[in-house]
Amino acid sequence: MQTLTGVGVCAGRVIGELVSMPEPVSEPAAGLTLRDEEPEAAVARLQSAAAAVKAELKRRAEVAVEKDAADVLKSTALMAGDKALLKNAAKLITGKGLAPERALWEAASDYADQMRALGGYMAERAADIEDVRARLVSQLQGLPMPGVPHRDVPFVLTAEDLAPADTATLDPELVLALVTSGGGPQSHTAILARNLGLPAVVAARGVEALADGTRVFVDGATGEIRTEPGEEEEELVEAWVRSAAARTAFDGQGVLSDGTEVPLLANVGTPEDARTAAAAGAQGVGLLRTEFCFLGRDKEPSVEEQVEQYTAILESFAGKKVVVRTLDAGADKPLPFLTDTAEPNPALGVRGFRTDRSVPGVLARQLEAIALAEEATDADVWVMAPMIATTSEARDFAAMARAAGLRVPGVMVETPSAAVTADQILRHVEFVSLGTNDLTQYTMAADRMMGSLAELNNPWQPAVLRMIRYTVEGALRAESEGAGRRNVGVCGEAAADPALAVVLVGLGVHTLSMSPRGLAPVAAVLRSVDLATARALAELAIEQPSAEDASAAVRTELSVLAELGL
Amino acid sequence: MAERTATIASSVGLHARPAAIFAEAAGEYDLEITIAAEGEPEDEAMDASSVLSLMSLGAGQGDKVVLRAEGAGADDALDHLVQILETDHDAE
Repeated sequence: MQTLTGVGVCAGRVIGELVSMPEPVSEPAAGLTLRDEEPEAAVARLQSAAAAVKAELKRRAEVAVEKDAADVLKSTALMAGDKALLKNAAKLITGKGLAPERALWEAASDYADQMRALGGYMAERAADIEDVRARLVSQLQGLPMPGVPHRDVPFVLTAEDLAPADTATLDPELVLALVTSGGGPQSHTAILARNLGLPAVVAARGVEALADGTRVFVDGATGEIRTEPGEEEEELVEAWVRSAAARTAFDGQGVLSDGTEVPLLANVGTPEDARTAAAAGAQGVGLLRTEFCFLGRDKEPSVEEQVEQYTAILESFAGKKVVVRTLDAGADKPLPFLTDTAEPNPALGVRGFRTDRSVPGVLARQLEAIALAEEATDADVWVMAPMIATTSEARDFAAMARAAGLRVPGVMVETPSAAVTADQILRHVEFVSLGTNDLTQYTMAADRMMGSLAELNNPWQPAVLRMIRYTVEGALRAESEGAGRRNVGVCGEAAADPALAVVLVGLGVHTLSMSPRGLAPVAAVLRSVDLATARALAELAIEQPSAEDASAAVRTELSVLAELGL
Repeated sequence: MAERTATIASSVGLHARPAAIFAEAAGEYDLEITIAAEGEPEDEAMDASSVLSLMSLGAGQGDKVVLRAEGAGADDALDHLVQILETDHDAE
């Protein structure tokens, strides 16, 4: 038996066979020419490859459940059979004697480059063309299609890391668990796993050396992967299944064993999410991501349209708190009417609240829409701006929100500058919400998308915990200066880690917001500790020399975690 | 040779959904139908049934394009295609 250890990012224990994601298609060598094939035969082969890819995509579009997914598949199918694309590739085959995969690669790249040169919304379509290019080249080379493989029996999917586009082809009914050799706790793989509730381990070095078909045991809480699972592993899986009730049932009351209330809220991004969250017992919404209203749009949606969308979400939370985050776009989440995709360093660029300087008006109209949606429903609406670095930004945002008629303005604390000046910021706004994913990447100066930096990109880093403490202390200072009650919440993934949730409460955080699946496990663990214990554990964590030590020290003290398989 | 000039009505221009609708319609005729930006030479015109060619035109709302086709039924085909271009598919 071999044991590999990575970072567990979503709890769960399963046993299954490994199936790996196909390698990304690599560019056929420049000047790769026909060998023993007649050009006419090569052109015919290209055409039948295109027809096969197109037919497969069309078939999948017909069986796709979601309309958005079906539309994407349909438009990809259309591009795969594009006459001009195939004609240009055929010309390179007959004229220059290029091999069909090279000819197709060049012809498709030409179109992708043209789209990029057009900029804005069109530039985003370049990725679609590159996806088609990868499919056609795979088909011609007899390689597996890009994307999640299809199997009849559920399996453990392994990859170096998953990209956002892979999520469209991932069927949660067919995948038992995700294991990646790269990626970090904030990678797309981790976020996807938590959303789907799939057990997942990231940064599991060595998993790439295991052959497809290897039977493994995966523990998404401890980050362990064991080959040749036996009775012991089967019992662990059974224990996990038995304790399901304690992990999945949330009675809608976040509370410590001594009665201290810690409201548990949900992160939501669509009206459907909001219904799921309400059904899961969420005590409100701690983070409403409004990007769903804007993404994939060429133009800013009208105020009326926004009101309709926000109202659809607020209706699920009548009488409860809903924290609406204003648009968080940037070069990494581009919107043609708002962002510049050419920034060299998107994480440090014009994003979040900063876009109000570069393109004024969009934020004011969004605030107007949020205020109108609040009037139309009974939800208690709070509003906050992302990517705040200075007190004056917080003050400006508060003024804009109040001018729109919104009574409770706040800001996200994602930058170290906001954390250390929280006392000043909280003179102007009513609350702060810690976005621990970004706060970690900025505090540790480590790109959250880079698997090789996963160790740095860990919210257990004592430096990140200290940033959180600064923020809480800032709130207390503002309160002592007469500012009134100042709520400090956490809405990053850290809140969904039951052990870290205890530490956050111990540091003085008032509310935790997470994906709905995190609510029950977090509630179960919080209920096992009192405030004094939580404080002691926070102190213990913050004094450790590393993230691993901090996590290990706290986990050892929380025996309830092992009981619940968390 | 039949020829028509059409003004793009779609508020987002001739790409994505509007381009797909148009390319599919143009592909249904057994004719070589071409499209070019107004003022472009005829030999630089592109295949109207290619969604990639249409998108690479980069035609925005209000831009004029020229459709050309030859053969039986060309006039009817172009009349129908002009109608598609002059409809705002994003307003549906």
